[in-house]
Amino acid sequence: MQTATQHPDIEALLEKVTDPEIPVLSIMDMGVVRSIEKQEEGLLVKITPTYSGCPAMDTIAMEIKATLEQAGYPTTVKLILAPAWTTDWITPRGRARLEEYGIAAPLEANADKLALMDGVRIVPCTRCGSTNTKMISQFGSTACKALFQCEDCLEPFDYFKCLK
Amino acid sequence: MKDQLYQYLLMLGDNAMILGHRLSELCGHGPSLETDIALTNISLDLFGQVRNYFQYAAEVKGETNDEVTEDSIAFMRYPHEYRNTLLVEQPNKDFAFIITRQFFFDAYHLPLLEALMQSKDEQIAAIAHKSIKEVKYHLRFSSEWVKRLGDGTAESHNRMQTAVDYLYPYIGELVQETPIEKEMKEQGIGADLSLVRSKYYEKVKTVLQEATLSTPQFFGFHDGGKKGVHSEHHSHILSTLQYMQRTYPNMEW
Ligand SMILES: [Zn+2]
Repeated sequence: MQTATQHPDIEALLEKVTDPEIPVLSIMDMGVVRSIEKQEEGLLVKITPTYSGCPAMDTIAMEIKATLEQAGYPTTVKLILAPAWTTDWITPRGRARLEEYGIAAPLEANADKLALMDGVRIVPCTRCGSTNTKMISQFGSTACKALFQCEDCLEPFDYFKCLK
Repeated sequence: MKDQLYQYLLMLGDNAMILGHRLSELCGHGPSLETDIALTNISLDLFGQVRNYFQYAAEVKGETNDEVTEDSIAFMRYPHEYRNTLLVEQPNKDFAFIITRQFFFDAYHLPLLEALMQSKDEQIAAIAHKSIKEVKYHLRFSSEWVKRLGDGTAESHNRMQTAVDYLYPYIGELVQETPIEKEMKEQGIGADLSLVRSKYYEKVKTVLQEATLSTPQFFGFHDGGKKGVHSEHHSHILSTLQYMQRTYPNMEW
């Protein structure tokens, strides 16, 4: 499923709204904006949560409304659950930004399972690129991340878990 | 019909809420930083799922009563109106106990959600699709710990066996069908618990075996929670959980 691309002006505004827990990532790059509809009474923006209990969603919804209304668009934000968000919706640019920020981007599902369950060393260190890394904790600073450490440069880093 | 759907949503939501609350009590008290973070993250996932169920329940109830909100459902009911099973209200003892309770719930939760993904009710199916991705991680976490501790030192093994023996008589209630669940199943909305049961017991057996723990020989089980008859622990949970809303009605952040 693709995110909407029919409203470049609105999307440019939404590029400025970021995930409060990962401030380098815009909600467009995160893939949480599912559709933008222009209606008579204003804009209807549909977003989907990353994790059910993600405490950032309420803030994100408020930020969207504030940003668009400041630009003169009366806006309603609606939270939808289906189809459920997956890490595949993070854009290539979003993945690059995560890596720059020090969070390893999600692997595909099978590799993710090997890394998290079987201790296979395949998650590249965000500092030196070595895959000689080990998992410290399956749950990291937020529900969407696991904590890893590089055995070569000793850097501890977050890994964004695959969600499918 | 609408009322049965409402009650069914409470059953689904209350298990997640009461267990989520039990786990939240560990915030800052986990045996290590990593397990503390893991358990509170699981708590957060469960609360997210609860919000989805209760928002929907409020919508269902809202057709006849517009005073009902997700918050009033969570905070303003009396003990006998909660439909969670007795397992999830059991208090935190040692880590072995906490992990065993979690595993017994997660191993049930996963096949339950698999069944609910097929629900004819679109909103329940959507919540199940969303939740199952998280619950897979929960089950991985708890079953790995059951194995590590069961097949660990003599001390950890003994503590795990004590926890398993104590909690095992509570698992039957999870898959025991009540009239509401039967009705929901027949309408294609709810899960068929007989199918959930066989997957559940199989998983429990396999993991306990791998953990070198013995499965208790037990033929009856404790029940009542789904009908609103709770243990003494339940009201203590509610007194903490409901304190704010009871003291300052309708307060908001
Ligand atoms: Zn490194």
